[in-house]
Amino acid sequence: MFKFLEPNRIFSITSKAPRYVFILFIIVFFIGLFEALILSPEDYKQSHSVRIMYVHVPAAWISIGIFSTITFLSLIGYIFKIKNFFLISKSLAPSGLVFNVIALVTGSIWGKPTWGTWWAWDARITSMLILALFYLMYLISWRIYDNNDKVYKISSIIAIFGIINVPIIKYSVDWWNTLHQPASINIFSKSSIHESMLLPLLIMTAAFALFSLLIFLMKYNTELIKIKNKGLDRL
Amino acid sequence: MIYETLFMNGYGIYVWSAFLFTVVSFISLYITTKSQYVREKKKFVAKFGTLNSERADFAKSQSINKEILSNTSNI
Repeated sequence: MFKFLEPNRIFSITSKAPRYVFILFIIVFFIGLFEALILSPEDYKQSHSVRIMYVHVPAAWISIGIFSTITFLSLIGYIFKIKNFFLISKSLAPSGLVFNVIALVTGSIWGKPTWGTWWAWDARITSMLILALFYLMYLISWRIYDNNDKVYKISSIIAIFGIINVPIIKYSVDWWNTLHQPASINIFSKSSIHESMLLPLLIMTAAFALFSLLIFLMKYNTELIKIKNKGLDRL
Repeated sequence: MIYETLFMNGYGIYVWSAFLFTVVSFISLYITTKSQYVREKKKFVAKFGTLNSERADFAKSQSINKEILSNTSNI
């Protein structure tokens, strides 16, 4: 069913794509930086500190998106026994973790001028920290277990338990009284963010997505070469 | 203009450190991933060099091996 996704078939694409993705990422990232740091206006309440949003929010979105993708691929991979899906999941995880850490650190930096503290055990921040721990457990499971079947099973279990945390992250600001502000962007209803701030936010999100694609492609190619290295040993 | 961009009403230290942390994280992740890729590719080429001609021909018959051996355009 998923024969078109076989590594042998797609390596010719994945090995050439990083160059183009890198060029595109650099262009979009610099446009995003210019928009975020120079062109976008300051907030009437938060002044210039609002600019931290342009790295904090895309990083949080992408890290949550990557973890959801990992869980979906692990689940489908486990049900239909598609090993390539586990390889894709494994290759996505490092950039997911880095984006998660960026969201936590930049959130902490933003917290100091806004709330007067670097850290609070607030529901949104704590649930993001828990997501980082799930990312760590997921990556460690790939380091610990050599046996493929075992690592597929363990990493899938970690991803499935971790995904329970994702709706908690999303709705934590509605379910509990938190220092963290509620969502300003809604897909199904009117967003409370002004267009002049939405544009740089979307450009930076596109740049971050391109960077995660770049890292994924490089990591995926590395994993394929690792497998081929083992294949040469068997010849 | 430059002064305002740098100091941002006293918030510059927070804004610039957040952006700097992001860029440093990107560069670190890129370098780590790239070095892992180069290491694995070098290992593959070295192993390929130790194969006798019959095994090398067989290995080369797989398109993916040919792609790895060719100068793949990873940056």
